Amino acid sequence: MSAAATTAPAGAAIKARVTVYPRREILDPQGKAIQGALAGIGFEEVEEVRAGKSYEITLGGGDRAAAEERLAAMCEKLLANTVVEDYRVEILDDDRLEEVRA
Amino acid sequence: MRTGVVVFPGANCDHDVYHVLKHVLGHDVSFLWHGDEDLAGSELVVLPGGFSYGDYLRAGALAAQSPVMRAVRRHAAEGGLVLGICNGFQILLEAGLLPGAMRRNRSLRFECREVHLRVERDDLPFTAGYEVGQVITLPIAHAEGNYEAAPEVLDEIEANAQVVFRYCGPGGELPEPAEESRWNVNGSARAIAGVVNREGTVLGMMPHPERAAEAVLGGTDGLGLFAGLAERVPLRVTG
Repeated sequence: MSAAATTAPAGAAIKARVTVYPRREILDPQGKAIQGALAGIGFEEVEEVRAGKSYEITLGGGDRAAAEERLAAMCEKLLANTVVEDYRVEILDDDRLEEVRA
Repeated sequence: MRTGVVVFPGANCDHDVYHVLKHVLGHDVSFLWHGDEDLAGSELVVLPGGFSYGDYLRAGALAAQSPVMRAVRRHAAEGGLVLGICNGFQILLEAGLLPGAMRRNRSLRFECREVHLRVERDDLPFTAGYEVGQVITLPIAHAEGNYEAAPEVLDEIEANAQVVFRYCGPGGELPEPAEESRWNVNGSARAIAGVVNREGTVLGMMPHPERAAEAVLGGTDGLGLFAGLAERVPLRVTG
């Protein structure tokens, strides 16, 4: 997680993207099947696919550091199962969010 | 023994368990609602199979956060009996009441068939109707039953004899290699089909004993689990 200072004014909504992936050391049967399907339609160069989930989360204000902490807690408690999954939290600037969605 | 069967939105084996306990075995059984804050005096709580909350997020993840699970946590902490079958096992894992997690089946398919299981413990309230080494046949029906835990956690549950049921061949032969054999239909680590907590009071299992409790339904190998519970229930009542 980045420790960069917030660019959002205090109290403005904070948008974040949380990505959850199967842990590296754990076989990802879904990713493997997708890799096989890609190879089957001519993308033989694909060496690995990891299939995960992505969440866009909007928080109603607060500062960035607190938001990062709360988002990490959400991952630990619900969004990820840390026995088999890793997660990453990114705070998104507005233009970045549009870019991600595009 | 008073048994409470929890009804989650999307559960579909709640009535099956209720039927076996009440009509086949004559137990005192009632339904509990996922929004309930207490267990109505249940000594045994059953978390039945199904697709609680539509399997959204991860199988069992949302049910693990429901109000009734706070009461189930307290019940388990006080030494009360809890049995999680299929989705109920997934809920117990997501609630942290049992170690490990479930992944997609190795086949990436919903596996619905009968499997052979080797009984690894016969000293638990749940297994008094069985003997160690006995091979039983129960149905499974799940897409996420591929049990996984960190190697050190697997070593620990083996050392504590927490593995209660293991997938095996018809003669009790253990799958070799454990995760790839056809007898281990979902690819579970060390062919684990059922795990109990260290205290021996919280059991999670993927196969469905309640679907093999009457001869007319094709088998009675699951009856031992429930019948054994009636005989060996600890003499205590929790609130």
